[in-house]
Amino acid sequence: MIPAKFDYVRPTSVEEAVTALRDGGEDAKILAGGQSLLPVLRLRMAAPSVVIDLGGIPELRRIAEDGDRIAIGAMAAHHDVMRDDLVKQHVSLLGQATETVADPQVRHRGTLGGALAHADPAGDLGAAALALDAEFVILGADGTRVVPAAEFFTDYFTTAIGEAEILTQIRFPKYTGWKTHYEKFNRTAQAWSMVAIAVALKVDGGTISEARIGLTNMGSTPIRATGVEQALVGQAAGKDVAKAAAEHVTEGTHAPSDADAAADYREHLAKVLTGRAVLTAVG
Amino acid sequence: MTTTAEPTTTEIGKSRVRKEDARLIAGRSRYTDSITPPGTLHIAVVRTTLARATITSIDKSEAEKSPGVHGVYTAADLGAEAVGMPCAWPVTPDQKAPQRPVLGIGRVSFSGEGVAVVVARSMAEAKDAAELVEVDYDPQDAILDMEAASKDGADLVHPDLGTNVSATWQFDSKAMGTGDSVDDAIKEAESDPDSIVVRRRFRQQRLIPAFMEPRSCVVDPTGEQITIWSATQVPHILRTMTTVTLGIPESKLRVIAPDVGGGFGGKIGVLPEEMLCVLLAQKLGKPVKWTETRSESMLTAHHGRDQIQDLTITAKKDGTITGLDVHLLADMGSYLGLVGPGVPILGAFMFNAIYKIPALKFTCSNVFTNKTLTDAYRGAGRPEATFGIERMMDELAVELGRDPMELREQNWISHEEFPFTTVAGLTYDTGNYEQATARAMELFDYAGLRREQEERKRSGDPVQLGIGISTFTEMCGLAPSRVLGSLDYGAGGWEAASIRMLATGKVEVITGASAHGQGHETAFSQIVADQLGVPFEDVEILHGDTQVSPKGLDTYGSRSLVVGGIAIVNAAEKVVAKAKKIAAHLLEASEDDLEFANGTFTVKGTDKGKAIQEIAFATFMAHDYPEDMEPSLDSDAVFDPENFSYPHGTHLAAMEVDTDTGRVTLRNYVCVDDIGNVINPLIVEGQVHGGLAQGIAQALFEEANYDEQGTLVNATFVDYTIPSAADLPSFTTESMSTAATSNKLGVKGVGEAGTIASTPAIVNGVLDAIRHLGVTEIEMPTTSQRVWRALQVAKGGNPMETPSDTHSPGAGLGSIDPNNPKGEVL
Amino acid sequence: MTQVRVTVDGVNYADEVEPRLLLAQYLRETLGKTGTLIGCDTSNCGACTVHLNGRSVKSCSVLAVQADGGEVTTIEGLARDGQLHPVQEAFRECHGLQCGYCTPGMIMAAVDLLGDNPDPTEHEVREGIEGNLCRCTGYQNIVRSVQSAAKNMKPGAVAQNAPVAGGGN
Repeated sequence: MIPAKFDYVRPTSVEEAVTALRDGGEDAKILAGGQSLLPVLRLRMAAPSVVIDLGGIPELRRIAEDGDRIAIGAMAAHHDVMRDDLVKQHVSLLGQATETVADPQVRHRGTLGGALAHADPAGDLGAAALALDAEFVILGADGTRVVPAAEFFTDYFTTAIGEAEILTQIRFPKYTGWKTHYEKFNRTAQAWSMVAIAVALKVDGGTISEARIGLTNMGSTPIRATGVEQALVGQAAGKDVAKAAAEHVTEGTHAPSDADAAADYREHLAKVLTGRAVLTAVG
Repeated sequence: MTTTAEPTTTEIGKSRVRKEDARLIAGRSRYTDSITPPGTLHIAVVRTTLARATITSIDKSEAEKSPGVHGVYTAADLGAEAVGMPCAWPVTPDQKAPQRPVLGIGRVSFSGEGVAVVVARSMAEAKDAAELVEVDYDPQDAILDMEAASKDGADLVHPDLGTNVSATWQFDSKAMGTGDSVDDAIKEAESDPDSIVVRRRFRQQRLIPAFMEPRSCVVDPTGEQITIWSATQVPHILRTMTTVTLGIPESKLRVIAPDVGGGFGGKIGVLPEEMLCVLLAQKLGKPVKWTETRSESMLTAHHGRDQIQDLTITAKKDGTITGLDVHLLADMGSYLGLVGPGVPILGAFMFNAIYKIPALKFTCSNVFTNKTLTDAYRGAGRPEATFGIERMMDELAVELGRDPMELREQNWISHEEFPFTTVAGLTYDTGNYEQATARAMELFDYAGLRREQEERKRSGDPVQLGIGISTFTEMCGLAPSRVLGSLDYGAGGWEAASIRMLATGKVEVITGASAHGQGHETAFSQIVADQLGVPFEDVEILHGDTQVSPKGLDTYGSRSLVVGGIAIVNAAEKVVAKAKKIAAHLLEASEDDLEFANGTFTVKGTDKGKAIQEIAFATFMAHDYPEDMEPSLDSDAVFDPENFSYPHGTHLAAMEVDTDTGRVTLRNYVCVDDIGNVINPLIVEGQVHGGLAQGIAQALFEEANYDEQGTLVNATFVDYTIPSAADLPSFTTESMSTAATSNKLGVKGVGEAGTIASTPAIVNGVLDAIRHLGVTEIEMPTTSQRVWRALQVAKGGNPMETPSDTHSPGAGLGSIDPNNPKGEVL
Repeated sequence: MTQVRVTVDGVNYADEVEPRLLLAQYLRETLGKTGTLIGCDTSNCGACTVHLNGRSVKSCSVLAVQADGGEVTTIEGLARDGQLHPVQEAFRECHGLQCGYCTPGMIMAAVDLLGDNPDPTEHEVREGIEGNLCRCTGYQNIVRSVQSAAKNMKPGAVAQNAPVAGGGN
């Protein structure tokens, strides 16, 4: 099916984009990679008056080292993120989570910023961004502000991005040498995550010195599993430790219930998968 | 054949790559949606989202003002209030059949039913305007539970019918004289300490055929005949039914099924949208086109399966089966499909399967609910029956403490016993269950896997192994017309073929079978090449256009080769017989002195001869031919089979169950199928692979779910999870052959075998993996959640109800807030 | 209306289109490139897969205007000088298609996959084409087709008619 009619703008700078967004008013919509937006438009579940395509702003695709951070443009395609050497070296968890997103064609078009701004709680990148304490660079008419990941995701499909603001960049601290893994559980290869666990561990001499764990689809937003993190730190990375720590994974979660998984099953899965993810990460 | 000395088979049995593919791999395809005659108007159907409601008003005014709109119509506006979509299978004389209107009149009976249609210059404008049609409804509680609906006093889907039970059909082997009384068998078994009675209830979930090409229809009224292009499996039936439905003389209709992108039974229907296109094209005098979206397809194209099966099997404690009682409830949805009522009935004859069961009773009630109608889906009635009996064989084995394969062997028809007349009254001509089973067990390493299974049980491995068995047979090659008549089917089961010998020696073969992916052009060319001794490349197969192929009954029920192929053979024999007369005349020899081999008629004992192509040219020239015949080699044939064919096979699945997560993994699948003689092994293998994938998908992945309001909640491919390549393994498939004796080619049919056989193999395997943990039953699809839940219940855990009707807000499009949140989108 | 300039299968086009027009619809309806097919609304089935600027994309999830200035290759432009692409050949030789509806997208996805990974394992092929649904083949012969094409595309490989099952199975 064809989307409902809309006007189309393709700004060539972020400033132009912000202006267009402000001018477009309430019914303006940002088009990043379009891999969720276009299906939604085609199903006519949304009918924006104007679509602002960020595809004409090459600088938004850049992935670069920025001091002690890796700065990824919001329009960097999943395919480019997961293949990027800087990402592999310093933010491997993000790369691993990105590899599980949808399929190759969607990863060619879909973008990091688009996925994070869409904030589907079953999306795979929020948990990684949260676990890794990413910073979200948001541009509005009044200039740029930086929002920490812990404050970015506010509800289902809702983020700290304001009415006339655009997410331009996501910055990740470097986790060079960390042991990471993204454990995803879905019904079929194409299906969204039923539950997934993003794990990054700093292991010194067999002992876990730092742990960062994010959860996908265990609540209305990505959730940080601090209980598990605390239980892991200072412990030797092993099966019993992982299993015991995993018991904490449901603390502070509000697992959704649906046909694929009732809340109790999701909670159970989260425990099993956390144990596995930790063990896989430490190898 | 009259004159063949030694039939030289050069093409049959060869793995010819398909003729069809040269176009399709290059994008030179011609699916219906690619056809748009100049001036075409496009339609969009305004559909209800309610499952049951009365229509209180329809306001078309805004839509009519929308750009590009030619008109907005209800059934009344089209004068189509009396039009009812056809049902060609009244299974009982008193079958209750509601009028299925082209557009809902006064009320709607399932979510997705059309209520109005918009005609516009472009598809986009039609869709835009469709959103502007304001329909007010008075909603009522949807009737969704077929069991509750079948009870006396239930709320009625169609109040005028007075009941939700459309028909109750029964087969009783005692009454039919084909076997003993089941009631007696149960009574005896209940009172006999050396017998056992096993009762089980199985659920055949609702499936969506999900052919890849959405349905589409273009109707051009500007010629002398109205031309209908449609993405249909049944162009001939569509033509006849258009006449029956709308009263247009059949001779004024031409139906073309161009390239058709899969059907699996899902394109066997005659559609309200097709009739709308015809009505509108007639009214407006312009070509009219409809192409559905995927969601429309999921909502409104007929679904398949959806049965509750209550089965009772009786046996001696030594394992000998004494009776089988089958009670089915079949959900018809809100209306009767073209052959929908007969689909569960087709299973009646297959519940006894390959076993010597002395007494069989089959009772099926077809029930209306406020859901999408059901009709044929790959296997149609036979997968349901096969699932029922093959699950029961495992259950009986468990109750008796027997190896499930050994128990099957004890009861199946041994190869010396063919032909064998079953308790259902069918005569199985050939088969060898021992051979298929022995080979399958060898390829599978049955003994080795049983050892591994024991080892995993002993060690308490979190991943348990199960072995699933399905030793199936099916009745296919639909069908002997007399049998169909006895079942009150509204048509025969013959198939037609014609062969035209062109002047230049090329051969045109016209078949009434209408392919939609099966490879007819290739397989039929191979048959004709052998029959006429002409090169494979010189044979052109024409089909799917009622002006080219005026006579036919189309493609379904694994019938194309078994019925259509034999018609072609018969036509070819007539061509050869005619050619022989002319050859004898030209060679100045007696017909008796001629032999025909490799495409040449030779005078025995001489080197004098003429190729069939030379005969064809001489016949075209017609300067010199016998006086007692017409100058033509062209021949027609109609073949009506005397019996069904009965492919069978042994299917084995190694299933791994992760007891920590409930995840089920198909590790290995082996099948050995006897489909009779094989025309093209490559095509056969492909049919088996695809069939397996669909049957496995029923066991593991697919289910059409409705919420409490009667809304289909998985109406996109996001939510209706058909497997991708990453969800399936490679299969080990082999074939063996006991030639069918019911037809000249000895073929049995292969289109449905994989689907029919595989579903119970998978489920038996899943249960076999975790039965020792206390799990006795898991409904399909055996999702990780269901498996985990069953394990928890077996451990005495919480049997918490799982919501089946809600979406969590995440995980895909089905859940996205229509007032989509602001901000950037992926 | 918005102008779109795009090269499709080596030919340059400039058209005024509605911004809402999908690339798949532009290819089919405006340019007559009906070899590219549409099978769903949600970018699951992959039937509409084409290459945009050298990468496989689902053309039903790209607006025609987003392809402005770009280069598109469809199934119809895959052959070179009348020679089918080895992946096309392999699909025929290995019976990698039945109804043919998923085939254009499947082939375009496979070509992209092999560009990325010239020698994929069975598992890698299965993962690599997970964005393309087929309802006919059970995927086995598609996987075989892609692996056979990989073999034939190796430098120095003799273009061969891949042997097909000789009978029996």
